[in-house]
Amino acid sequence: MMGWVIAALVLAGASLMLVASIGIVRLPDTITRLHAATKAGAVGLSLLMVAVSVELSGSAALEALLVSAFVLLTAPVAAHTIARAAYFVGVQLWEGTIRDDLWESGDIERTFQMEEHAFEEEERREQDRERKLDAEREAHTE
Amino acid sequence: MIPAPTGPVAVAALVARAMLLAGMLLCVFRVWRGPRTADRVVALDTIAYLTIGLCGLRAIEASDAAMLRPALPLALLAFLATVAFARYLEKRAVNR
Repeated sequence: MMGWVIAALVLAGASLMLVASIGIVRLPDTITRLHAATKAGAVGLSLLMVAVSVELSGSAALEALLVSAFVLLTAPVAAHTIARAAYFVGVQLWEGTIRDDLWESGDIERTFQMEEHAFEEEERREQDRERKLDAEREAHTE
Repeated sequence: MIPAPTGPVAVAALVARAMLLAGMLLCVFRVWRGPRTADRVVALDTIAYLTIGLCGLRAIEASDAAMLRPALPLALLAFLATVAFARYLEKRAVNR
């Protein structure tokens, strides 16, 4: 009886993880790929770990449950940070995207100000470099 | 010679292993082609999850808790690597 429960959990978990991998290959842009990987992948893995904890006993079962809880807790955080980074790096959104709340809310302006600041700093650095080059050239001609 | 699997658990583990390995191949394709670094990071994260799943499958098949030892460190490593990569990408974007 327990064998059938374990087999069902293992098959459910493995097929969810396969679906996650298919989503990573098939979906059109980074954000949607992330969406497939983080939800299906995390839930599939935690189902597998629940199967392990049914099969084993004692501290090993606890460890398997710990892995499952850890994955369920950290996958959303990791997905959020990488999605944020991808958005600010300027990943192209899918042309079927109908809504971009972050863009519409205006929070994005702060990031652009940060980028502008970085751009100004780079310009200043370049001017410094040119000035230094000019000084060197003058020293050379003298 | 590998003995034929008997019982539902062994059969399910065999099928599940085939699924996880197929998923790993798909993720490797995304790491290879991924147009942006973020895609590669996502695929690598999923490969880590698939590896943890393979460890769990082995633990079930062998009824051996020792096969579970790498699971927690791998999960931690995958999480920290993803977060570190994300921060690196963001910093590089701002300092462009």
